[in-house]
Amino acid sequence: MNRGKLPLLGAVLASCTLALSACGSSTHGGSAITVYNGQHEQTTAALVAAFERQTGIKVNVRTGDEAELGNQILQEGSSSPADVFYTENTPVLEALREKGLLAPVASSTLAAVPSRYDSEQGDWVGVSARVSVLVYNTSQIKPAELPGSILELAGPKWKGRVGFAPSETDFQPLITAIVRLDGLATAERWLKGLQANSKTYPDNETVVAQVNNGESAVGLINHYYWFRLRAEIGAGAMHSALHYYAPGSPGDLVNVSGAAILKSSPHRAAAQKFLAFLVSRTGQETIAHSHSYEYPLRPGVAPAPGLRPFAELQPAPLTPAELGDGAMALALEQKLGLL
Amino acid sequence: MSTLAPSPPSTPSPPRARLAAGWTRAWSGRRRWPLVSIAGATLAAALVLLPLAFLVVQAQKSGLGEVRHLLLRHSVAVLLWNTIRLALACTVLCALLGVAAAWCVERTTLPARRLWAVALVLPLGVPDFVVGFGWVSIDPALHGYLAAVMIMTLALYPLVYLPVASALANLDAGLEEAARSLGLGPWRTFWRVTLRQIRPAVLGGCLLVTLGLLAEYGAFEIVQYQTFTVAIFTEFKLGFDTVAACVLSLVLVALSIAALGGELTLTGRARSSRPAGPGARRVAPRVALGRLAAPVLAGLGALSGLALGVPLGSLVYWMARGSSTTLPSASILAAAGHTAAYSAAAAALATLLAVPVSALAMRHRNRVTVLIERLAYLPMALPGLVVALGLVSFSVRYAFSLYQSALELIVAYAILFLPLAVVGVRSAMGQSSARLEEVGRSLGARPSAVWRRVTLPLIAPGLGAAFALVFISAATELTATLLLHPTGVNTLATQFWAYTSELSYGAAAPYAALMVAISAVPAYLLSRRMSTLANTGRAA
Repeated sequence: MNRGKLPLLGAVLASCTLALSACGSSTHGGSAITVYNGQHEQTTAALVAAFERQTGIKVNVRTGDEAELGNQILQEGSSSPADVFYTENTPVLEALREKGLLAPVASSTLAAVPSRYDSEQGDWVGVSARVSVLVYNTSQIKPAELPGSILELAGPKWKGRVGFAPSETDFQPLITAIVRLDGLATAERWLKGLQANSKTYPDNETVVAQVNNGESAVGLINHYYWFRLRAEIGAGAMHSALHYYAPGSPGDLVNVSGAAILKSSPHRAAAQKFLAFLVSRTGQETIAHSHSYEYPLRPGVAPAPGLRPFAELQPAPLTPAELGDGAMALALEQKLGLL
Repeated sequence: MSTLAPSPPSTPSPPRARLAAGWTRAWSGRRRWPLVSIAGATLAAALVLLPLAFLVVQAQKSGLGEVRHLLLRHSVAVLLWNTIRLALACTVLCALLGVAAAWCVERTTLPARRLWAVALVLPLGVPDFVVGFGWVSIDPALHGYLAAVMIMTLALYPLVYLPVASALANLDAGLEEAARSLGLGPWRTFWRVTLRQIRPAVLGGCLLVTLGLLAEYGAFEIVQYQTFTVAIFTEFKLGFDTVAACVLSLVLVALSIAALGGELTLTGRARSSRPAGPGARRVAPRVALGRLAAPVLAGLGALSGLALGVPLGSLVYWMARGSSTTLPSASILAAAGHTAAYSAAAAALATLLAVPVSALAMRHRNRVTVLIERLAYLPMALPGLVVALGLVSFSVRYAFSLYQSALELIVAYAILFLPLAVVGVRSAMGQSSARLEEVGRSLGARPSAVWRRVTLPLIAPGLGAAFALVFISAATELTATLLLHPTGVNTLATQFWAYTSELSYGAAAPYAALMVAISAVPAYLLSRRMSTLANTGRAA
């Protein structure tokens, strides 16, 4: 064997050993619960740490893209190792509920947050919320120019100035809301106008960054993306601000993050405890104090400083259940070639 | 079916009988050694068939009406056309860039060759998200077809560069000298002799680029260029419709079968022109660049600057600007260890599986062995999510104890990147002469000894290229990793993703930088090995 081959061979052998040792380190604890986490990892980590301290129940967290985790649970079916599914949005929970994969949530847990933010059937509980807003570049747009309703963004005045992310799960609820409040024809007209006026981005993180850079004058986002960008780059680098749509208008939506228990879970009692903890005062304060900038849904728990108080918001009168699994919005987006 | 046969039988026989005859030929007769190969190739084929079986089982659940509704849409036609024209343009450009760069590094007196050999491979180790961010920061208006062609070419040309570079390093210069002595000029020698010898490597690399682009989602992530995969992801991620997504994925399988048939026709011709090389390989003299050194250096510099400099620039920018920047801690080292271990194990497994697949297809060519080799390419044209969900579906039913274990993740990587390994091994097999193995056997050596002392040294550069390609691709893989990694174990890719999805770019940047650094290791080892080869002129 010549000298040149040795390093490669050594690398292969070393890696196999390492990989095998990694095999041994995976944990499948008996009394522990497993959470499939589609929420932001840092917030969930803080919640899990507080829950473990309080109850002594060990929590294994698998973080992933919520839609991919949803598909994974669909494939796992009754063999799913997941006990709890905690997501950023509710359409994926609705999709699993429709397939009969979710177990009922304890009524005391459901009662901890306003019932309009829970599943109608009681199969998932609302945990926190975000508000859909318009982010605008402060050197390109004067506050007086800002639209009252999201519908105005389809008009000629906004040509070439709007940015949005059509493939984000946050976008379909906006379409669904317009369909519910103003009808399908209006929604389709609006979407066509918006498409003609806009630049599309792959995700909301890019939308807020590009509006802040001045690449788009305004962007459709949820409020927390702006706060997180500010936390990352500092207030001095922010050249943008948030605008709230007129109360009750179709753009003024509350998007809910929720949690559910899998029907297949063998640890339902522990899973119920985890959900109860998420909406408990401690859990909700943990969310408020984490850097997620989401609104806690439990009445009486204040959000992070700087956020407009939740009670002052008067969102459009639509529940997450009414916004559904987004299928109608999806069909419309596909029809117009946005997806 | 008949295109798969190198020499169609003179009398038509029923397909099943022909398959059976193929098997019999493969393991009987004078050369009994391929029993191990047959076992290995069968395992490889079985693994590749897992995600395909998942697709077919799911797609079967849809009715004809639904299929018609899904496929006969205007938007589907547009997306398909987008995918095809992107794949065609990028394949041609990657072939030109990859061959030119490999020739400059391996066959000229280019300064700092070892450095270039690593820098030219590294773009493969940069996550799509970083590439996208880099380009959007340079020109936020960048979008559309031409932007997608440019960015995807810059991201994928290493798939051609690496196999071709390893083939050039392994080249026998005796033939070129013969051609020159017979009066052929340098260009015609290149076209008629050199290019023919490296043709399996070039075509294999092109096949990887084409198939990879069929399943490409990065073009959308980076410049919002919508490809067919966008339609598949929409069904999965917004519609939660597995059946529809699988029906659409089968379209990709059909397209890749067309590409595989095309490449087979082209390499089939290359194979027949493969010379039975002499025993002692002659070292190829390097071409003195002379006054061309400056423009060649400028060209390679521009290529690396665009393909590697732009994304790395965004990492530096994040680290400098982001307030979430933290110094690398124990957790980043643990993540790096997991990434290195999984990727190396997957690269070793994929290379091991690729050897019997390529050996049978090159040395015991018949319908069955060619079919297995073609099958091995199919995962390249499937979105990672499809392969991962196929494994989820299989393992929860039949191998639950393996579910979400390190072993399963390694197997998933090996399936996903087996095509990369096959191309590397196959082109080396094509270059090494089967006659040398026959000589070994005629001298009374046992098959295993022939394998160890003749074949293995001859194909070693190809094995190295295969290992490096799979390692680098596995190190940046995200989708299958998120679904299948052992609970509680983080890799560089999962942590990078977790931070970027919270806009904590400063904290994310070191993870991406480490991914690139780890990818440099196999690229460096390979370049060292190849320069040893080029200097000593011996294959072993």
